Amino acid sequence: MTAGVAATLARCRADGRAALVGYLPAGFPDVETSVAAFEAMVDSGVDLVEVGLPYSDPVMDGPTIQRAAEQALASGTRTTDVLRIVETVATSGVPTLVMTYWNPVERYGVARFAQALHAAGSAGLITPDLIPEEAAEWHAASDQEGLDRVYLVAPSSSDARLATTAAACRGFVYATSIMGVTGARERTSSAAPALVSRVREVTELPVGVGLGVSDGVQAAEVAAFADAVIVGSAFVRCLLDATDRSAGLTAVAALAADLASGMQRSDASVSW
Amino acid sequence: MTATPGTLPDAAGHFGRFGGRFMPEALIAPLDELERAWRTAMAEDSFGAEFDRMLREYAGVPSLLYDATRFSAHAGARVLFKREDLNHTGAHKVRNVLGQALLAKRMSKSRVIAETGAGQHGVATATACAYLDLDCVVYMGEVDIERQQLNVARMRMLGAEVVPVTTGARTLKDAINEALRDWVTNVDDTHYLLGTAAGPHPFPAMVRDFTRGIGDEARGQCLDLIGRLPDAVCACVGGGSNAIGMFTAFVPDEQVGLYGFEAGGDGIHTGRHAATITAGDVGVLHGARSYLLQDEDGQTIDSHSISAGLDYPGVGPEHAYLAETGRAVYRAIDDATAMRAFAVVCRTEGIIPAIEPAHALAGAMELAKELGPESVILVGLSGRGDKDMHTAAAWFELLDGPDTRG
Repeated sequence: MTAGVAATLARCRADGRAALVGYLPAGFPDVETSVAAFEAMVDSGVDLVEVGLPYSDPVMDGPTIQRAAEQALASGTRTTDVLRIVETVATSGVPTLVMTYWNPVERYGVARFAQALHAAGSAGLITPDLIPEEAAEWHAASDQEGLDRVYLVAPSSSDARLATTAAACRGFVYATSIMGVTGARERTSSAAPALVSRVREVTELPVGVGLGVSDGVQAAEVAAFADAVIVGSAFVRCLLDATDRSAGLTAVAALAADLASGMQRSDASVSW
Repeated sequence: MTATPGTLPDAAGHFGRFGGRFMPEALIAPLDELERAWRTAMAEDSFGAEFDRMLREYAGVPSLLYDATRFSAHAGARVLFKREDLNHTGAHKVRNVLGQALLAKRMSKSRVIAETGAGQHGVATATACAYLDLDCVVYMGEVDIERQQLNVARMRMLGAEVVPVTTGARTLKDAINEALRDWVTNVDDTHYLLGTAAGPHPFPAMVRDFTRGIGDEARGQCLDLIGRLPDAVCACVGGGSNAIGMFTAFVPDEQVGLYGFEAGGDGIHTGRHAATITAGDVGVLHGARSYLLQDEDGQTIDSHSISAGLDYPGVGPEHAYLAETGRAVYRAIDDATAMRAFAVVCRTEGIIPAIEPAHALAGAMELAKELGPESVILVGLSGRGDKDMHTAAAWFELLDGPDTRG
């Protein structure tokens, strides 16, 4: 039985550390390798997995994830493949969320997709281009199937929007650390700590921080103030840059281990 | 049930079940800021007066309503052309870009970004930015840059930076994605000047308001010329800015039929077309729920049309609403039919239209047969054809040398 997102985050919290969340697009570079890459992540210390559903028009993603999604689609990855990958990854016992743009869900049928997620053992959805105001159907379906729903908040979000968006979340709140798209950056965002503390004023839910974290040092900086550290593009790079499949998987495992080493807070009493 | 201008969209940008905002949260605050600025501006006489002055003194608007008697004789009904082809930059698009650029100035944005397919909206945006002293960056698919060298040169001549888009299909939809990525990164000093009545709220309503002068003028000009309203109004529909600009004034006139003509490409049955409402399904693309071309999994399908301006796999949400409520009718005109109408209007009127409105002209010819010789049909001649001469020359084999038909 897979633990839930909330239980996993609570366990990390009790251990005095932040949770590590690893993202890869499903089916990149192909279905089989992508399953192996998720397994490598989990074996090397990722606490939560985000399975990306590759989409033709990913407006929130920078070039790295765009190219990976394109490759996944070009290799024939279908929505049903994504669900199969989720089912396999979820057997690892690590909570598995699906990150998806909205149209593929709407096309599959919102209620039907929620049922399929539940059946596959997924914990729920992260929806980068769905805001709670447009999500009545998803709220009903996620309640019905007991799925988490993770919405994004941004440095530009007003206090009122932070409150309403956080209230619609279940599992955790996804704080995008910068105004921009996904992609590894040389420095972590100075806007992230301020955003996280604004979110904490309006919710008891854990707060995950994503966008631009690429190594253990950066992850440790973010782990100092966030409950979860979300890494995507850096994992994709491991596979994009690798000369062959096994080198790619080795690189994924090494990155996961490096990032995981940064999760333990030096001061375990850090207040949050 | 009919739409009434001024009451739609609702406060959250919905036209019935269409429209809305399907965007990353980071862009919601900028969209709110834009909406506030637009509503405030539209409520002030000074903004409207300045917009009108620019259109009048700079853009050549109001455009003429032309009684196309020789085309009419050929078509078999009285056909009136709304001559947007005579506007500065050669199309209706100047209305939208001047409106949005003026709004960007009011919002103290120093930088404007835009997407372009064939380059027409890019050229119009570069023009408005030169006129109003704004920095201009235009995203254009790498494939389109190769096909539209002349428009790339025009944009650069006007001082714009043209950025090639190398992801996805490397065409218009990918240029929109890239412009959105730029916007979310640089929103403090940047306005995204979207080129059609699509995208997240408030773009569909705002672009409609900036282009509705087409129909407002034509309605008055028609009453002056013939003492009554037309029986039918025709416009081509890609994203839908020209058509919504033409239709809006006539929506309350229930006796006036509204007809939107989409690009049928090689024919609907071939799957190679851009007839989003006629042959697409409801879904979400580029920030709004509307009709789009998509596969079984909801991945966007590339569109095809001889007309670059109609070659887009989505359509503005208000058109989806007008179609669903039955207030407007949407049909597809394939490439060959559009090009026949293109030739007819050249030979009968001495007007070389853009290939986009050639679809509306072909539609008017069909409607003339249905409505009969006593009917009056108003057609939005939304742009001129200079930009299309390479395509037309290849189609009609006008030039010596190897066949360059593309």
